[in-house]
Amino acid sequence: MSSVNRYETVLILTPVLSDDQHKDTVQSYKNFLNNKGASVNYEEDWRLRKLAYPVKKKTTGYYYLLDYSGESALVSDLEVNLKRDERILRSLTVKLDKEAIAYIDQRRKEGKKLMSKQKKDKKTKTDEMLVTLPKRLVENEPISP
Amino acid sequence: MSNIIHAQNPGQGEVRYLVPIVIEDKKQKFCRFKKFRLLHVDYKNPEFLTQFLNEQGKILPRRITGNSLKFQKKVQVAIKRARQIALLPYETDLLK
Repeated sequence: MSSVNRYETVLILTPVLSDDQHKDTVQSYKNFLNNKGASVNYEEDWRLRKLAYPVKKKTTGYYYLLDYSGESALVSDLEVNLKRDERILRSLTVKLDKEAIAYIDQRRKEGKKLMSKQKKDKKTKTDEMLVTLPKRLVENEPISP
Repeated sequence: MSNIIHAQNPGQGEVRYLVPIVIEDKKQKFCRFKKFRLLHVDYKNPEFLTQFLNEQGKILPRRITGNSLKFQKKVQVAIKRARQIALLPYETDLLK
């Protein structure tokens, strides 16, 4: 018994590789998913980001997000592959519940990225919340990404 | 409300206040998620999650943030996920 669920995987690739190699790596995992009968709903490239703490002695990482729906058995296969891969620093797979799906679809409808580096179009609900926070919590400005 | 306690027998050890004690009005806390009708706490938004951390990167308790239990749990999970993918630090100084 296995049912189709929606999952989301964040990959952190090593910064050592070139852009083409990053693309190849991500493509290989997309192919893997397609071969297993999953369909990639959405993908997002977060480019190179600074890590909050060093991982495998690297201070930066190349982030990539994959959103796919597939059977539950597929996830363990994917994770084994990710762990064996030296190009992957770290990964996180999350099963999306209905609130998360609603949130993601809403963001996509508005044409916003899930992780935006630009600070221009800043009028989301979370930003409004920042404004109305008690002073003590937002005395200092939030860290820049 | 007057806080002056009038001693029945002055000088008999009763406490006396010449000036009424000012009791600060406590600000009513509220759950931000309920107020703004957010249903989902996203772990991919570290800037948002830093609101619920102190300077050492520890999760602030519910009595300070005012979150409802339901959303405090979701915030907790989201912060822990963000830590796993190095969007937030496990421990640090001067986060904010």
